Amino acid sequence: MGSGTGIGKVRGLGSSKHGGKHWIDQRITAVGNILLTIWFAISLILLPNFEYETLAAWLSQPSVAVPLMLMLVCIFSHVRLGLQVLIEDYVHDEGLKFGTLILLNFYVVTAAAFGIFSIAKIAFTGAQV
Amino acid sequence: MVQNQARPISPHLMQYKWGVHMITSIVHRITGFILATAGMMTLVWWLAAIAGGVESYATFHTFAVMASEDATGWQIASNWFFRLVAFAVTYAFFQHFYSGLRHLVMDMGAGFELKSNRMWSQIVFVAAFLTTAAIALLVATRYMGT
Repeated sequence: MGSGTGIGKVRGLGSSKHGGKHWIDQRITAVGNILLTIWFAISLILLPNFEYETLAAWLSQPSVAVPLMLMLVCIFSHVRLGLQVLIEDYVHDEGLKFGTLILLNFYVVTAAAFGIFSIAKIAFTGAQV
Repeated sequence: MVQNQARPISPHLMQYKWGVHMITSIVHRITGFILATAGMMTLVWWLAAIAGGVESYATFHTFAVMASEDATGWQIASNWFFRLVAFAVTYAFFQHFYSGLRHLVMDMGAGFELKSNRMWSQIVFVAAFLTTAAIALLVATRYMGT
């Protein structure tokens, strides 16, 4: 935190003009999650069984693979925003807070990438018997 | 980094009389954490297991769903662990879902009157409990045993 120029005094202290972005994004992803998880839950219930062949055939359809990828992106974005608030509220040590936030970002990006890759692999290569 | 420990702080949780809306609030956070960790890790594992082919899905099935007749002790323990996870995640999902709907309504400025705020907090718990019970019943009748 500088003591000289105006920008030096405010830099790092928070937002200007986009302070509501985190809050708005949390709501947008929430609405996305409502739609996508309802679709996902109903689809699972409507599946005749959970055998490998059934699931692989179901997941290889574009009309399933694309929404499911969107669901992972939407959920993990929501997770990132939500757990960030938990960490900021309950981890009081500045260093530990910073480290935990890094771990959170690594977790959501890695898990989302792994999940999306898995869906893409099924969609592009089909069932591996 | 420098932290001024002497800064005044607002009255903390224990200063207030607990109300159901406060329980709904903290449970929203706890269930969100459960979904973000146990829920999403299991979902991604499930997807990766299917992507890995028939054998890797069989491994997932052995540990997370139901081991075969000659199951080892570890596999049976793992099955029960994931049944518990499935139950907790199902409840957490519906609790967080209904509680989230309540939040979206309150974001519009509605539902802050003492009586209706209290009522909807209670409805969230009842609805989550009933939906979880319905799903548990569905799974039990369709996929487990006779």
